[in-house]
Amino acid sequence: MKNVLALLSFLLVSANSAQASIDETINNLTAPIATWLADIVFFKIPFFGTGLPVVVLWLVVGAVFFTFYTGFVNIRGFKHAIQLVRGDFSNPNDHGEVSHFQALATAVSGTVGIGNIGGVAVAVTVGGAGATFWLIVAGFLGMSTKFVECTLGVKYRSEFEDGHVSGGPMYYLKKGFAERGMPKFGKVMGTFYAIGIFLGALGIGNMFQSNQAYVQLNNVAGGRLDGLGWLIGLILAIVVFLVIMGGIKSIARVTEKIVPFMAIFYCLFAVIVILMNIDSIPQAVANIFTGAFTGEGVAGGALGAMIIGFQRAVFSNEAGIGSASIAHAAVKTNEPVTEGVVSLLEPFIDTIVICTITALVIGTAQVADPNFAGDATGVAMTSAAFERKISWFPIPLAFAGVLFAFSTMISWSYYGLKGWTYMFGEGDIGQTFYKFVYCIFVALGSMVQLGPILDISDALVFLICVPNIFGLYFLAPIVKAEMNSYFARVKSGEIKKYR
Amino acid sequence: MKNNIIVALDGSDGGKRALAVAATYAKLTESKIYLCYIIDWSPYSFHTPQELEERQKRRDSEMQRANEQILQPEVPVLIDMGLSVETIVRHGKVANALSHLANEHHASQIYIGRLGESRVQSMIFGSVTAALIQSSEVPVTVVP
Repeated sequence: MKNVLALLSFLLVSANSAQASIDETINNLTAPIATWLADIVFFKIPFFGTGLPVVVLWLVVGAVFFTFYTGFVNIRGFKHAIQLVRGDFSNPNDHGEVSHFQALATAVSGTVGIGNIGGVAVAVTVGGAGATFWLIVAGFLGMSTKFVECTLGVKYRSEFEDGHVSGGPMYYLKKGFAERGMPKFGKVMGTFYAIGIFLGALGIGNMFQSNQAYVQLNNVAGGRLDGLGWLIGLILAIVVFLVIMGGIKSIARVTEKIVPFMAIFYCLFAVIVILMNIDSIPQAVANIFTGAFTGEGVAGGALGAMIIGFQRAVFSNEAGIGSASIAHAAVKTNEPVTEGVVSLLEPFIDTIVICTITALVIGTAQVADPNFAGDATGVAMTSAAFERKISWFPIPLAFAGVLFAFSTMISWSYYGLKGWTYMFGEGDIGQTFYKFVYCIFVALGSMVQLGPILDISDALVFLICVPNIFGLYFLAPIVKAEMNSYFARVKSGEIKKYR
Repeated sequence: MKNNIIVALDGSDGGKRALAVAATYAKLTESKIYLCYIIDWSPYSFHTPQELEERQKRRDSEMQRANEQILQPEVPVLIDMGLSVETIVRHGKVANALSHLANEHHASQIYIGRLGESRVQSMIFGSVTAALIQSSEVPVTVVP
């Protein structure tokens, strides 16, 4: 027993000192690449005294275009989306297939994460209350981008002999451009996207999540987990391993049930906290609107608030990045448009509903007590806003944060896998190798300092929206034709309503 | 007008007893028997993306297995009796799916075996038989 303890303490000490040098090496190696890449991807054009990242502009212009081009499908398709999710158009003969609700829930659990809790706090700190307004606007416009990319994801997926499917931007880029007589260009774009989503999955979808999960747990434990990141990382890696290797379905089943429950639980308590601040609501809402157009106290004024809001919305709902398109492509359906219509609801739930309530929790707390959170920002700030009214809430909140991070890791493991199989084929050995590597990165995520690594993956995820949106512009006429035909058939009753 | 009846099998003895009663009745009334097996499934459960991708494959194999192992073994006896039979496997909530099937095939009756649910079970999950009796638009015969 003594020996074991001695060994353990030795391991702990050496792990700590080794950790410092590993961190240093990794930082030294990656920092220059990160700076270089971030400088390119997040290149800012000077704009009325503030910097406008080109990539954010690229995404927003795309979203505005698709909103107009589809004739405001984000409004027109909304009711139909709810009907589809409720199963009004599901043929009982097809029961047992993936339902629209399941496709939506899976895609949403990939996007609902730390961003909804902490990202909003960052937006409000940097961009003021007004950033919330632009966050909502961006979420609204993002619905159209999602519609276009998810429709294409289904339309251009590849189906293999054993019945499994692979789809997503890499496939519609490759096939879509080939159809238009540009096969080589399509191949380059597809591969570029596949590499980006693969590396992005390892970083933002994996290491960042595992790191945040550790930070959450450590905060709740009052710092008692300092230096134990490797242990938390190892545990997370093992759990993720069990889920994605497919051996143990029960964990997936349990988490996938807890995650939506946590999301509802979070929203419910957020609303309760907002109501407990009832006196501050009018002022908080007023701040959102005035801040949006005056940008008081924000660097860059109203424009600064707008940029921050847009940026956070994209981070949160991933519209334009194309990730949800990969998840939706897995669903069997004869009508690609149905998946697009359902996916409309993702930015709505993620950004317009969840992010907005978080913003209101923080906003009402700020009105009551401008310094409620001290210097805290990110998740800690949101947590403090809850704590003001419900003292025990930080603990379940941290728990929710860990679960959100976990479900995001599971979803992104799939996105990364599809990037991998696109590049290296559908072979089982390759897939297993990928999953193994993925789990190693989960463990690494809470062990090493993320700084530059995260910057690289962040940049890559935004970089892939360049080929993606480019492809969306190019293939938009196909989506429009499909959409018009589909809605016409719904109207004429050719697509039958079963309920 | 041809008479159709739905018989729900679940692989238990209760289902077989229901079938025996239904067969006698079908013979007398020259009815067609629809042998049904419902795979319990909800459109509102949650899955990982990987599971969504494999869903289609798994659905097909579930349906095939149910048909081969539970429904088909009963068919020869019924044919020998000179009855006309069709087998149906469907996913859904048992009570709901059965009453849908009855509508779809214009059945005049549903035969179901008593499932032998314990009191606790039916308190928690609700009794399938009771739910069917409540929701069905045609007479339901519950065979003990």
